[in-house]
Amino acid sequence: MADVNRGNRPLSPHLQVYRLPIPAVASIMTRITGHALVAGIVLLVWWLVAAVSSPQAFAAADWIVRSWLGFIILTGSAWALWFHTLSGIRHLFYDAGMGLEIENAKRNSWIIIIGSVALTLLSLIIFFIG
Amino acid sequence: MRYITPRKAASGLGSSRSGTGHHWHMTVSSYALVILTPLFLIAVGQAIGLPQEGVIAHFGRPVPGIITALFVIVGMIHFIKGTRIMLDDYVHGEANKLAVIAATIFGWAVIAAAIFALAKMAFTIIAI
Repeated sequence: MADVNRGNRPLSPHLQVYRLPIPAVASIMTRITGHALVAGIVLLVWWLVAAVSSPQAFAAADWIVRSWLGFIILTGSAWALWFHTLSGIRHLFYDAGMGLEIENAKRNSWIIIIGSVALTLLSLIIFFIG
Repeated sequence: MRYITPRKAASGLGSSRSGTGHHWHMTVSSYALVILTPLFLIAVGQAIGLPQEGVIAHFGRPVPGIITALFVIVGMIHFIKGTRIMLDDYVHGEANKLAVIAATIFGWAVIAAAIFALAKMAFTIIAI
């Protein structure tokens, strides 16, 4: 242990002053969106159970679903679902050995971020028109 | 009596002792969810805003009912296994075991609630 390299070794990034590369941001967001989706699925399953419980239970659940709070949770969930889906598709490409180069990873990170917002807006448009 | 050698039993299973089973399950459920996600958004989007009888009738139909059931089942098992990875990264020791147990119970409770509601809707006959 006497000749251990003390000065010239790679250091971990100092997270408070380190600007995360965009693929790292996309990777972290994948984990966060996956877990945040619990809020949306619990709200929807509660709404489904309430529909077969009683008119009062459905009125309460439906009121939340159609309130501004429900709109925020469900729109946020739609975005999280699209983000997680696009990022999951990228993982399937990664597993096939495709898109692993840094430049590609940066580009398709932006595709995931912009694409998830676009698909959420498209979902809202279809929902409110249809 | 075992008919395989210890070397053969351990081969490829790695430190998790479950080999690539977890990753393979996430891969299979990912492919399923890529198909189910847009269909689920349509099935739910069509139902939000309907009166109670309309919601029951909508999910009582075969296609929205089956899509929603599949999405919740596959999605929540994907959640249970995905949460396991997050917990293994950030929570250690006994707390990790308790959190994994809690997440698993929660996931199956959500599945059971959704299946109960969808089954009751499927068997509800609404007088027209």
